[in-house]
Amino acid sequence: MARELGKSVLRGENITKVFGYGKTRTEAVKQVNFDFHEGEVISIVGESGSGKTTIARMILGLITITDGTLYFNGQPRDISSGHKRKEYWKNIQAVFQDPFSSFNMFNKIDDLLIDCINMTGGRHKSQEEKFEMMTEACSFVNLKYAELTNKYPFELSGGQMQRLMIARIFLLKPKILIADEPTSMVDACSRATILDMLLKLRDEIDMTIIFITHDIGLAYYVSDSVYIMEHGAFVEAGPAEDVIIHPKAAYTKRLISDVPKIYGEWDLSTVG
Amino acid sequence: MLHQLKQAFTNPKFLVGFVLFMLMLLISLIYPLLSAFEPLDMVTTGFTAPGTYVSIADVANSDGIGMNVDASAGRLASVLKDEDREKMKDWMVRFGGVAEGDIDLSDTEALLEKWQATYDPAVPQKGLRNADKQAFVRLDKDIKAATNSDGLILAAKGEDGLEEVKTIAGNTYVRTGDVVSKIVMPLGADNFGADVMTKLTSSIAVSLRIGLLAGVIATLIGLTIGLLSGFLGGWVDNFLTFLTNIFTVIPSFVILILIANAISGTARSPMLVGLIIGLTAWPWTARSVRSQVLSLRNRDHVSLSKLSGHSLPRIILQDILPYVASYVVMALILQISSGILAEAQLSMLGLGPDTTTTVTLGIMMNWAQKFSAVLGGAWWAFVPVVISVAIITFSLNLMNTGLDQVFNPQLRD
Ligand SMILES: Nc1ncnc2c1ncn2[C@@H]1O[C@H](COP(=O)(O)OP(=O)(O)O)[C@@H](O)[C@H]1O
Ligand SMILES: [Mg+2]
Repeated sequence: MARELGKSVLRGENITKVFGYGKTRTEAVKQVNFDFHEGEVISIVGESGSGKTTIARMILGLITITDGTLYFNGQPRDISSGHKRKEYWKNIQAVFQDPFSSFNMFNKIDDLLIDCINMTGGRHKSQEEKFEMMTEACSFVNLKYAELTNKYPFELSGGQMQRLMIARIFLLKPKILIADEPTSMVDACSRATILDMLLKLRDEIDMTIIFITHDIGLAYYVSDSVYIMEHGAFVEAGPAEDVIIHPKAAYTKRLISDVPKIYGEWDLSTVG
Repeated sequence: MLHQLKQAFTNPKFLVGFVLFMLMLLISLIYPLLSAFEPLDMVTTGFTAPGTYVSIADVANSDGIGMNVDASAGRLASVLKDEDREKMKDWMVRFGGVAEGDIDLSDTEALLEKWQATYDPAVPQKGLRNADKQAFVRLDKDIKAATNSDGLILAAKGEDGLEEVKTIAGNTYVRTGDVVSKIVMPLGADNFGADVMTKLTSSIAVSLRIGLLAGVIATLIGLTIGLLSGFLGGWVDNFLTFLTNIFTVIPSFVILILIANAISGTARSPMLVGLIIGLTAWPWTARSVRSQVLSLRNRDHVSLSKLSGHSLPRIILQDILPYVASYVVMALILQISSGILAEAQLSMLGLGPDTTTTVTLGIMMNWAQKFSAVLGGAWWAFVPVVISVAIITFSLNLMNTGLDQVFNPQLRD
């Protein structure tokens, strides 16, 4: 599992997010520090409401950072203008938790995929080339383009939708992918497939993956490093083996003990 | 969208509303074309009951056909109402010296015989007002005409006085189809003597146009403000919400009255009135669109669209607008309906469109009220108008409820 660490792509210093003010003030993320490297798979693990999605949205630049500095490729990230935002978003993409709300229900699946091709400089490509690319992207996630063409998202199952979201990433080939609980709302069968596809994607295009989950077993299964999050703060972080085999924080221990027995045994027995 | 359209037309409420609305629309477009009059033509001189009017001269000049039917009984019945019989009895007892017990009101023949024997306008009638005396003279004349079996003599003015043209027997009839000059007024005439049906149908067309313009303007403004304010947030949202609140706090009707009052009556064309109504009616559309957009703005597909580098207009048009479109259609329908009502209210206050060139449903109601159509019993001058307003707003609201059920399936009963 252990890989050579590449150079740092995303580094957070005292990142803080406060929602609201006065009585409704919520400190969703409290002075967190992190360092993510090229080609690394990082898991952020925590219970629901611990602030995982908030971190993701700050990193994605969808919401402002209240306090702290985020470094992208060693430089403070600057997304102050529309142009700079667009440049930044060429490097970072996301797969969200709810496949049903990830699609514009009024656009056909073809529109989504063609849009990805156009965005990555394929606007001038011929009809046949685009067709080739879409077919390839779909088969990467075990879907048949011929069966999807001219369909609307709501005609698909949740698992199929989430796989299409991964096909989208396959076409966009970003440097960094944030996957925010991508498997928590799909059926059990699709779950393992989706994880495998994400890892396959990482191997194919050497992408940094930030994998967000509430399931520490999953985190162990996929990741190089793990950040454990409780009430908006990181309570423990480090290589996956260290954190999960030798947990220090009480919260981490509790998370591990919550993993169903069979799963846990299988998990721990694979560690040499 | 196509799917929802199909669903809408299978929804009974929407369908009934749509059919009613289309019916009103068709009538308003077709009847004024077929009508012999312009909406503002003064066909007659005042309130005139509904019916078909034929020219008396035409009838007198036609060649009739003798029928073996005695028409006098029917004529008498229409002349001799119960109250007239009472009056006749009263006169005969007071001035004719007939004993009260000798008169049987139900025996028409005997009554008439007695009346013809005793009535004499020259008899001094103490205690009767002149108007009452004249009324008895007229009644007597009517009775004579009705009982006359010798027919009428038609005369024309010649050099030596009257020259007989022809005699018209009491049992002569003429086919209505042969009477050339006819005026059909299915809903009578109003205080100006204008044909109500023509006026009403063209009013419906004008009122619908005002409502449509007001609705479209209010919806466009409300939609734009709601979209921008909900999606952009920040100071744009604060400013636009402030603006919307100001317009909400000041009753729009007051603004409406002020603006309408500031523009002179003759300058207020129907379209200008529609514009004014539209300019004051947008706040609630803006508010509700804003709240819809607020819940959409953080939807994942919008976030992904941003991450895809799409421009702001494209995100608003492609990722937000389609989701609020169905809602906006419903808002538009309600705005049209309330625009029509707002015009009626304004016109009732005399602040509607210029009354010398156009006529709207509100103007018709205003005139009916000013000329006491209600007190005068001229129901045809206002009942059809009120019913039309009711049908139009009812049909629009019905369509709206139907659409609501289509777009929000949990409301389906
Ligand atoms: N837009 C927001 N406004 C106010 N509070 C928010 C907002 N988004 C998240 N929060 C709060 O921040 C906390 C963390 O939420 P979130 O990041 O979604 O947690 P997680 O993804 O770990 O379940 C929660 O208490 C949530 O109520
Ligand atoms: Mg979350």
